[in-house]
Amino acid sequence: MSEANFAFVATSEKPQLPPPQGTTGAVGWMRENLFSSPLNIILTLLSAYAVFSTVPGIFNWAFVNSVWNATSLDECRAMTQDGACWAVIRERYPQFLFGFYPSELYWRPILAFVLLGVALVPALWDGMPKRGAALMASMTFPFVAFWLIWGGFGLEPVSSTQLGGLLLTMIIGVSGISFSLPIGIILALSRSSNLPIVKSLAVMFIEFIRGVPLITLLFTAHVLLNYFLPKGVNFDIVLRVVIMVTLFASAYMAEVIRGGLAALPKGQYEAADALGLGYWQNMRLIILPQALKISIPGIVNTFIGLFKDTTLVLIIGLMDPLGLVAPTLADQRWNGIFVELYAFIAFMFFIFCFAMSRYSMYLERKLHTGHR
Amino acid sequence: MKKMILPIALGAAFAAASFSAASAGTLEDVKERGKLRCAVSTGLAGFSFTDENGQWQGFDVDYCRAVAAAVLGNPDAVEFSPATGKTRFTMLASGEVDILSRNTTWTFSRDADLKFTFLGISYFDGQGFMVKKSLGVSSAKELDGATVCIQTGTTTELNLSDYFAGQGMSYEPLPIETNTEGRANYLADACDVYTTDASGLAASRATFENADDHIVLPEIISKEPLGPLVRHGDEQWADIGRWVLNAMKIAEEKGITAANADEMAANSKDPEVKRLLGASGEMGASLGLDNDFALVAIKAVGNYGEVFERHLGTDTKVNLARGLNAMWTEGGLQYAPPFR
Repeated sequence: MSEANFAFVATSEKPQLPPPQGTTGAVGWMRENLFSSPLNIILTLLSAYAVFSTVPGIFNWAFVNSVWNATSLDECRAMTQDGACWAVIRERYPQFLFGFYPSELYWRPILAFVLLGVALVPALWDGMPKRGAALMASMTFPFVAFWLIWGGFGLEPVSSTQLGGLLLTMIIGVSGISFSLPIGIILALSRSSNLPIVKSLAVMFIEFIRGVPLITLLFTAHVLLNYFLPKGVNFDIVLRVVIMVTLFASAYMAEVIRGGLAALPKGQYEAADALGLGYWQNMRLIILPQALKISIPGIVNTFIGLFKDTTLVLIIGLMDPLGLVAPTLADQRWNGIFVELYAFIAFMFFIFCFAMSRYSMYLERKLHTGHR
Repeated sequence: MKKMILPIALGAAFAAASFSAASAGTLEDVKERGKLRCAVSTGLAGFSFTDENGQWQGFDVDYCRAVAAAVLGNPDAVEFSPATGKTRFTMLASGEVDILSRNTTWTFSRDADLKFTFLGISYFDGQGFMVKKSLGVSSAKELDGATVCIQTGTTTELNLSDYFAGQGMSYEPLPIETNTEGRANYLADACDVYTTDASGLAASRATFENADDHIVLPEIISKEPLGPLVRHGDEQWADIGRWVLNAMKIAEEKGITAANADEMAANSKDPEVKRLLGASGEMGASLGLDNDFALVAIKAVGNYGEVFERHLGTDTKVNLARGLNAMWTEGGLQYAPPFR
């Protein structure tokens, strides 16, 4: 039988056709993601309408029609009808960043901020060479920062009443975050401990703090402590607030971590015991690494919540960025401007909160090692 | 019996604390510290605000500067602590600040019950109402059932409920924390009426884009004598604060300004001016200050009228006429006891 007897024989593989038009490229992507069903089509159209009806307006307001050079709101209003008056930010941003910190000493908080970044590297990047030594060096950061910001020992002292703006937010937020995690871990371990006294103390502390609003604690810090302490004992207001915020965050942190501890299969605890490890080795090597990994989203949630909660200090008259809005508005030149100030503050907070949330996602991806 | 230990210990600490407060001289404390600690409002147009350099300015603030100038010779030797309506009294009572200059109304209970000494009246105010013209209201008596934006922890809150109860009307309060918040809520139509001191209403209205759409109703429902205050128990310190304020008023009466104070001290023939400016007599020494304390204070901030015009007067956006706050010689209520 020769090949010639057959009507048709493919002698070579047919070239692959491109996928049908409309399933690839931009069109295909849109078909699949935006217009795949009637409901999807409606939602797409509605979203497009929402975007097109708001974004150009906001864009024009914020960029096209905005005013950067003016010395009062009236001047702004004379220059533009419907634009943002960013001139107020241009004039006041040092206050929103540093509060009433003496301007010739701005280098000190800036240096502290840079050192914060340096100190965070070994804590956040576990592939760093010589990480152990670097971590020990990072431990000294709180003391260095305290010295830089408040002065003393050769630096010109700066009083707490001069702290404000983002600097105050960072002081409260960073110290709250860095102290609440270790305290929270200890509380969580105490609460799941078998020792009755340790356990009941932890339960009492956590339930008390969780049962009281943060504002109440801040008022306590501001008002009550003053009455109980003898006159002349100057217990710094910022320090009092930092302590209260830290205690508050620790209680929440403890419960988040306890959730992680509870989520571990009992076999992990038993296996660790079976290896003959003591309690602390057990926790450090087996339990906590797993529990903390599970708790990352909750921990970062608490961090972000704490960072944003720092704005509550304006209730007790501390000048965080939100607290600075009022005295800025009371200046007759800027009286009546709101949106620009709040937008700027929102932007500052967004940078920090978004960074924290991205880092948490990176950590989760990196530690994603099973249990799925 | 054991249970009694904690309360007793706390009580003892409390007693010791109040005892030490009563015995320590505020003047010595301030001089030793080199700084006056003064509580001001967290932001109220004309009364206290921050300028572009982050310095506190305003009518209430300038009084603190005058006291600092009189006591320490330097109007900038002040540490300002912003205080909200809720925190101001505890800050003063606990000794965190030396003086409270935060447009605070002088009332019986604040004087007697909270144990503060008011140093005089720096501003005569009264509570008023602001509404939108579109509401069609021309008198506060027509406000039955209205939603009212009201600052908590202030006398305005109490006046409001007194007034509405007295008129047999009802209202829906919308509690707010700061003036800024109140204005924003009012503009966003969250409340029909915004009530606070008439000076505050005028200041707020001046900043609206369409100020003509809003009216301040004619009824003034309360007396709000605003002034600085100190703790009970240190008469010398109270006298210093009182006489710095009086000196500013006498200076206006006698035509002494920041610019001509030195010249007046040297050349004036008026015996009271000479006593006030320390050119004759030992007046300052009896307060524990230098004899020229008033001269230094007036050179630093100006007389009462100058401070008023600079922060509240008709050339500013707050745009308040002197009204009740004119000198008694010009038909107002500002009247200082003689300096002799």
